[in-house]
Amino acid sequence: MSKTRITGAIAMFSAASFLLAGCAATDEGSTNASGEICEAITVLTNRTDIVDTVFTAEYAPAFAEANGGTEVKFEAITDYEGEVAIRMNTTEYGDVLLIPNSIKPEQYADFFEPLGTVEELSATYRFTQEKAFDGQTYGLAQTGNASGYVVNVRVWNEAGITEPPKTPEEFIAAMKTIQAETDAIPVYTNYKDGWPVTQWEMFRGYVDGAEAANLLASDTSPWDAGKEHYIADSLLFDLVAEGLTEEDPTTTAWEPSKAMIGSGEVATMFLGSWAVTQMQEAAVAAGFSADDIAYWPLPVQKDGKFQTVIGGDYKLGINKNSECKGSALAFIEYFVGDSGYAFSQGGIAPRLDGPTPETLSAFDAVGVEYVELAPAPAGQEGALAAVETASEISLYGPDYRQKLIDIARGAQEGTKESYFKELNEKWAAGVGSAG
Amino acid sequence: MQKKLLLRLAPWFYLVVPVGLLLLFTYLPVANMFSYSFTSWDGLDKQKDWVGLDNYIRIFSDPEIFAVFRVSLYYLAGAFLQLGLALYLATILSFELRAKNFFKGVIFFPYLINGVAIGFVFLYLFQGDGALDLVLRFLGLEFLIQQWLGNPDVVNWSMTGTSVWRYLGFNVVLYLGAIASIQPELFEASELDGANRWHQFRYIILPSIKRITLLTMILAISGSLSVFEIPYIMLMGANGTETFVIATVEKAFQLRKVGLASAMAVVLLIIVLIVTAIQRWLVKDERAELS
Repeated sequence: MSKTRITGAIAMFSAASFLLAGCAATDEGSTNASGEICEAITVLTNRTDIVDTVFTAEYAPAFAEANGGTEVKFEAITDYEGEVAIRMNTTEYGDVLLIPNSIKPEQYADFFEPLGTVEELSATYRFTQEKAFDGQTYGLAQTGNASGYVVNVRVWNEAGITEPPKTPEEFIAAMKTIQAETDAIPVYTNYKDGWPVTQWEMFRGYVDGAEAANLLASDTSPWDAGKEHYIADSLLFDLVAEGLTEEDPTTTAWEPSKAMIGSGEVATMFLGSWAVTQMQEAAVAAGFSADDIAYWPLPVQKDGKFQTVIGGDYKLGINKNSECKGSALAFIEYFVGDSGYAFSQGGIAPRLDGPTPETLSAFDAVGVEYVELAPAPAGQEGALAAVETASEISLYGPDYRQKLIDIARGAQEGTKESYFKELNEKWAAGVGSAG
Repeated sequence: MQKKLLLRLAPWFYLVVPVGLLLLFTYLPVANMFSYSFTSWDGLDKQKDWVGLDNYIRIFSDPEIFAVFRVSLYYLAGAFLQLGLALYLATILSFELRAKNFFKGVIFFPYLINGVAIGFVFLYLFQGDGALDLVLRFLGLEFLIQQWLGNPDVVNWSMTGTSVWRYLGFNVVLYLGAIASIQPELFEASELDGANRWHQFRYIILPSIKRITLLTMILAISGSLSVFEIPYIMLMGANGTETFVIATVEKAFQLRKVGLASAMAVVLLIIVLIVTAIQRWLVKDERAELS
């Protein structure tokens, strides 16, 4: 039974890649006459941790074998966002690179080669609209993430909680139980490193559904009670204010925090599903079982059902100035497909026919609705980014949530209400001047 | 005739390389920054939109931007403490002392360490149950223990302390140099006249190092206006440690307002230039007095 299913999958997969190869060939013909195949290409990556052990050691030889010996040189960059955006002022930014998040949609065409139309590519791939402008896709996701939080099940069970809380109130009650019944820190914010607090933006789509990002671009009061930003930031605020987070958030450190959740010193962390495999490795390294770590859906239900918003990770794009566009495209297709990168990271496959990750098994048990955010309407692709810039509230920047935590723990003046009011005013002003 | 012209031009040929490098790497970028400051450029776009003085108007009309200068006051206070300490240590080290060079080395050493490394070392020092807490507990001073970086009333002093620790050695060396340039005959003569150490300090050392003191004070002021490394590495400016330069970096690279950030950099440059001009003016008077 299982054998036939596998053979079937392989057959389907090879058929799909055959079709895709056909597509790619015509693409090359139409979009870029100079789709050259080169002896070597350069790929920029943010994965400094596995660039030598996995990328160079496994992916490079496998790609070379399948593509007439084209050599892939990886260049890993620690401060990827900051460094690459500056480097893009020149023409030398690799052949294939992850599209930095700070690039605005209307700028894609200045820096990247279109990979095909959204319509065409979405027959094969997920997340094709996330880096698209004017119906053209400029990048394919290297892996996909679901929203939720990482839990140490052993600690939660010790406190007698075996099911995901359904509302923010239930969640806070659960954290109080954990604080009372165990020695663990209920929730760890990882405040000091900055970026972990930006993960709270995961709640986008939980109330407004697929159109969340588009509604946000014209909403003049996103921090009003009942809206997603209110629910997310209010939960974070209450957790900190109730003392359910780490005592001194200014001395946290990301790498050691993995071992802390792995060993059960920390019960919960709000991170994308990409974090699960890393936390499982940390659990094993600390002498515990990988099964201790699970991924649960966020405590916001719609119509009595849990939800999760899935979205693409960094997207791989082709440098417009590359002289090896043929090889570059082949590499992207290899990376999002055959390389198995997404699966190895516990991520959702970028290909529609890719394998489902084991990290999300808990989602099936409680029944979770998958939501994918809709693309911005034509001509409005840059609207949300423009409001963020104008209001100076960077939703994926650490500042505004770090300040929220500071207020909640009494380190800065203000209350939840006063801060939400301030955010609403700034955002409304941003909507006014950007729109 | 031609030879004469060549001779007159000769010095300029020697200067071509250094002046060229100076123009290319110092003045050209500054000129670019000035031109960006009149645009709304995001650091990336092929097109830079001219917005005139908008960025400057924003800086001088937004209280949030200027409020960050308040953080500089901590560093300024720290800088004066640092000058006093440095003068004290330099005076002691300039007299006969056992293992003098060893102490000089110990005091100067932190200045040689990379600022990033210092940031990390102190991050661990200030951690809950970190080295500082352990030492305090060992000394029976538990009641002093607190969140060195978490407490908003303390965090800027922790940062300032780190900064003093780092730059103290540099000031000591400046003072040592100034004191060493005093003619030794003066000390000999004063000793014959029965002066003690305090008299020597008060009437010989202090007047002779007036100008260095003034110079270091000005350096301290402009330095405390442009603090960046330590609070950025330790907390990225969170928890109320944001300085003007960190705010500039945040505007440029997080919010991608390179135009506004350039204008902020220009404003800081002008403030530092004014401070320097005041120093020049004061020192000129001093010179007349001394000679």
